[in-house]
Amino acid sequence: MNARTLDSSHLTGGQKLAIKYFTVAVILFTAQILFGLISGYQYLAPEFGYNVLDFNVTRMVHINALVLWLLYGFIGGIYWLVEEESGTELVGLRLANFAFWLLTLAVTVVVLVFLFIQTGPGDMSTLWLINEGREYIEAPRWADFGIVVCMLIFFWNIAATFMKGKWSGISGVLVLDLVALAGVYLAGMVYTPNISVDQYWWWWVIHLWVEATWEVLVACIMAWGLIKTLGARRKIVTTWLYIEVAMMFGSGILGLGHHYFWIGTPEYWLSIGGFFSALEPVPLVAMVVHAVYDSGVHKFKNSNHPALAWLIAHAFGNFFGAGVWGFMHTLPQINLYTHGTQWSASHGHLAFFGAYATINIAIFYMALQKWRGNVYMSAGLEGNGWKWKWALGLLNGGVVGMTIALLISGYDQAFIERALGGATWAAYFDAQNGVWFIQGLWWRQLFGFMTAAGLIILIWDLLTIGRNEKRSIQLVGDNTAAEVTS
Amino acid sequence: MTTSPWWVDEDFWRKMAIWVTTLMALVLIGLTFDSVTQITAGSERVPAYSVINHRIYYRWDDSRNFQVPVIGDPAPLFGKSLTEIEAEALVSKGKITTQAKNCMNCHTLLGNGAYYAPDLTKAWLDPSWGAEVVREQLMIQFLMDPETNARGFGSTRKMPNLDITEEEARGVVAFLKWMSSIDTNGFPRNFTPIAQEGDR
Repeated sequence: MNARTLDSSHLTGGQKLAIKYFTVAVILFTAQILFGLISGYQYLAPEFGYNVLDFNVTRMVHINALVLWLLYGFIGGIYWLVEEESGTELVGLRLANFAFWLLTLAVTVVVLVFLFIQTGPGDMSTLWLINEGREYIEAPRWADFGIVVCMLIFFWNIAATFMKGKWSGISGVLVLDLVALAGVYLAGMVYTPNISVDQYWWWWVIHLWVEATWEVLVACIMAWGLIKTLGARRKIVTTWLYIEVAMMFGSGILGLGHHYFWIGTPEYWLSIGGFFSALEPVPLVAMVVHAVYDSGVHKFKNSNHPALAWLIAHAFGNFFGAGVWGFMHTLPQINLYTHGTQWSASHGHLAFFGAYATINIAIFYMALQKWRGNVYMSAGLEGNGWKWKWALGLLNGGVVGMTIALLISGYDQAFIERALGGATWAAYFDAQNGVWFIQGLWWRQLFGFMTAAGLIILIWDLLTIGRNEKRSIQLVGDNTAAEVTS
Repeated sequence: MTTSPWWVDEDFWRKMAIWVTTLMALVLIGLTFDSVTQITAGSERVPAYSVINHRIYYRWDDSRNFQVPVIGDPAPLFGKSLTEIEAEALVSKGKITTQAKNCMNCHTLLGNGAYYAPDLTKAWLDPSWGAEVVREQLMIQFLMDPETNARGFGSTRKMPNLDITEEEARGVVAFLKWMSSIDTNGFPRNFTPIAQEGDR
């Protein structure tokens, strides 16, 4: 057999579409890291890009590229699995392709406007055409409508495909979750002069995405991934999924309260937010137990080593990043001092990467396996699989390093600015000018470069893995009895 | 084959997932009605926009164990007392400007945003403005030309020039004054406000 090419004839219509989403996701991931490096450097050299590409622009592109590449990965992941999971073809492939190009065009225009126009006059035209100025959802209002249209097309395609084919536990949870995910986005599309009301609804989007609906969505992808890579039993995986949904929504919905401590909202949120947030790590522990237990039961024999490694990285990253790092400053007694400091940045880096970047990368590897014609990806890969292992090590090491470095700066800031300094502007700069604070930021920059190196190797590996592989996929567990379809 | 106990039963957990999610969503919706009522401008926690016609200061509250904002004697912003409608329009101009100029990707507002520049929640009452009498003018000058008027505080970080007009700057100052009157449950802790004549 000659070198394996990337052959789309191996793929279903939905999977071909998924590859497009994954491609854009990787491009946006690269943009995220690039602009992260720039904005990190601006902390160390504030004159860099001053009045040309200011921190507010580089940081905005950094976090928006993050949100978008994760969403592209999720949408791609769901298009990847929908046909197999439903046992039928996607009902509206042409429309789905149209939505992909529409969304990608909108994203391109928004990013170009962010970079080259940046800001506008202080009236509604800016909010409609240039920048809505609300962290994470800065996309102007025209793009909001485009995003909603694309999400509706996506949702209809997924729901209708399952309705035409067969439902499963995973697909039922997935479709209901998508309703909530799309619904809460609408809460972010209103303007009000009242900053308290503004932030109240803004958190409905941000929190109910990243700490509720996104978590459930990746739990679905995780469940499907464990079935695929390990051949785990569907009944067990589905039961776990329901347990996770009960715990995730049981804690995460009212866990929203930890964002309502200091924005003008009533004091009862201190108790509600503190209590339910403290419970939020519980389902993440369950996911670790679930992933590790399933892997152990199957003696880690699996059909896709890189994908399973990233699934395990997801389980631990989610638990530490979202769970432990979130819990560390979620109680109001602590959050009063740490809210709005580099503590939040520390938590944000590990949580977004650990919970979401990891699982997208796992799906990329699963997709490539099939795209190369169900190629072998188990033990003993070419070169002992050094590329995926180095990418895994550098990306995880880089992000963990950034997280620790930012946490040290965050501790320093909370002590000096908040506890000692009286939380004034002078106190803020006292902390920012502190030697230990700045040292933390230098370490963050260094680990940022390590992350970037991991990304470069990851892309290299994604482009080449399996190319010279002669063997075919090694089926394991329950999948050995079934015909390979993915 | 033995039947599974209830706690590993798929059907049991499916029902639990549905009931728990529904219950939590309903509780959140109920609390949202109450919270939004309590944070509507003009409420006790979030004062009406016309609060910019008054002095705003802080008083330690023993029962709540933190500082709470107090609305004092008349002290109209820019020396002109505004009606409620005029005040809302001015504050809204400022709020839109903070969004249009993407302030939140450097600063935090109510502690939310980016961490590259100081929190704006109590900007109106920050002691760095020096004397109360020059505060309004200094804020306008700074917003319109931050490059020249940068304070730095020992850092080389400077706010970029964002082409803020005088009208927009006046709106931003009004917005900041109004925001400083919001009851934030004591956040940020230990805040030391500017010394104002008439504070008690």
